[in-house]
Amino acid sequence: MADGSALSASLDLLAYSPPGWGANLLRGLGNTVLIALGAYGVGMFLGTLGAFGKLYGGPLMRDLLGLYTTMVRAIPELVLILILYFAVTDLVNQALLAMGYDRIQISGVAAGIMVLGVVQGAYATEVLRGAIQSVPAGQIEAARAMGMSPLLVARRITLPLMLPAAIPGMANLWMIVTKDTALLAVVGFNELVQESRQAAGTTKAFFTFFMAAGVLFLCMSLVSNQIFARIEAWANKGNKRGGI
Amino acid sequence: MFDDKIAKAQRPVAIKVEGLRKSFGSHEVLKGVSLTARTGDVVAIIGGSGSGKSTMLRCINFLETPSGGLIEIGGEAVAMNATGAPTDRRQLERLRQSLGMVFQSFNLWTHMTVLENLIEVPVHVLKTPRAQAIETARALLARVGLAEKENAYPAFMSGGQQQRAAIARALAIGPKAMLFDEPTSALDPELVGEVLAVIRALADEGRTMILVTHEMKFAREVADHVIYLHNGVIEEEGPPSAVFGAPQSARLKQFLSSVG
Ligand SMILES: Nc1ncnc2c1ncn2[C@@H]1O[C@H](COP(=O)(O)OP(=O)(O)OP(=O)(O)O)[C@@H](O)[C@H]1O
Ligand SMILES: [Mg+2]
Repeated sequence: MADGSALSASLDLLAYSPPGWGANLLRGLGNTVLIALGAYGVGMFLGTLGAFGKLYGGPLMRDLLGLYTTMVRAIPELVLILILYFAVTDLVNQALLAMGYDRIQISGVAAGIMVLGVVQGAYATEVLRGAIQSVPAGQIEAARAMGMSPLLVARRITLPLMLPAAIPGMANLWMIVTKDTALLAVVGFNELVQESRQAAGTTKAFFTFFMAAGVLFLCMSLVSNQIFARIEAWANKGNKRGGI
Repeated sequence: MFDDKIAKAQRPVAIKVEGLRKSFGSHEVLKGVSLTARTGDVVAIIGGSGSGKSTMLRCINFLETPSGGLIEIGGEAVAMNATGAPTDRRQLERLRQSLGMVFQSFNLWTHMTVLENLIEVPVHVLKTPRAQAIETARALLARVGLAEKENAYPAFMSGGQQQRAAIARALAIGPKAMLFDEPTSALDPELVGEVLAVIRALADEGRTMILVTHEMKFAREVADHVIYLHNGVIEEEGPPSAVFGAPQSARLKQFLSSVG
């Protein structure tokens, strides 16, 4: 049967060991997950600092953070990636050369995490800023009134209280960063889409490999949704009707 | 219960406010008010809406930054600069740890159970061993009649229960004085009694407290000293028998008749 043989040919192409391309795809998936996790972590860190800075920082800090979030959110991610990847590595290297050092080769993973992390940080700043503002002022006041230091208030009171408002937006950002990893293909980084394209280009089985990539992204998103649903339920344990 | 004038003069000053001024922008809300609470005193602050009662109370622990004046807690002046801003954060935090504040809207931390609310500051700020903090917290919850609620989240309790838990949370830090800002104003009428009973018990055991309240009858019963604020100045003050029984100023007379 024609259909059956086409399916089995596809499966052969996706087999784990050569001549199948499964190992390449999985390696691409691994890189995608690694970069997404790293960038998400960097983004959350920058976003937390950015959000507190925007809300409680001095005028200069607020202006700088405003510049950061406005620029990153206005410029297409692809352009940002090209700018940050090529321009920044070039600047670093020129600085190194000027100081009499050798050029360095910035690893694709590190660069990818840095670039997407900076992008995520800008969006996370806005998500978390909104979430912090949703925390009832009275609960923060109660903590200050009993002598908690500002840092302790942030860690023990503000951050956990803002979670219910932050999680939906942060879940969205996670979905976005997993897909944005595909943009790193333009700088030649071997994430899932790039690996699929190479496999497809070599075998001419475009449909098979791009379907496989799509299915892998879908699985990743389904698993993530489960995890975020659990985190959301946990963060809302003190709230009626599980919402804020 | 501390009517004895000689004994009173010997008790140390717990909270002293002198010439306190506070402006919000160009709006001067407190125009130089003073207050002295000796250990064991119950001072009630009464007055119309917007007269500056909450602002005065909140300046004591610097939830509002004064614009001028002097605040002493346990005989120690809070370090502040000429504009009233506190200059020594650590000192302020330490002094705040000796003041238990109770708010109109309870302000329990909603992501924590009642017990977690009570041990939060003892464990994380005062560094009390956890087991000991829990033991103290349970005893306090039993006192305010919430022994069964230690694992409840605030959102699932009545207003009266939340306010009693909030009082227990304030007591859990072992405060030298308690500050109450209209603790029953947000409660349904039928829940007011249970909260007032807890506050009365604290007064009876000789707790130092400053109490902003609209409950005139209660203020008359528990206070040693009553301050009537009007437009940011102390219009009249004295023992409850005088302030409520023989008011001098026309404004106070009018205020008392308006609140019944
Ligand atoms: N954060 C603020 N910014 C500007 N004005 C304020 C602020 N807080 C209080 N005020 C003003 O200060 C005045 C005194 O307010 P305060 O809350 O101390 O009154 P109160 O006596 O406690 O009244 P109530 O009985 O309604 O609680 C009011 O006119 C109020 O509008
Ligand atoms: Mg008030």
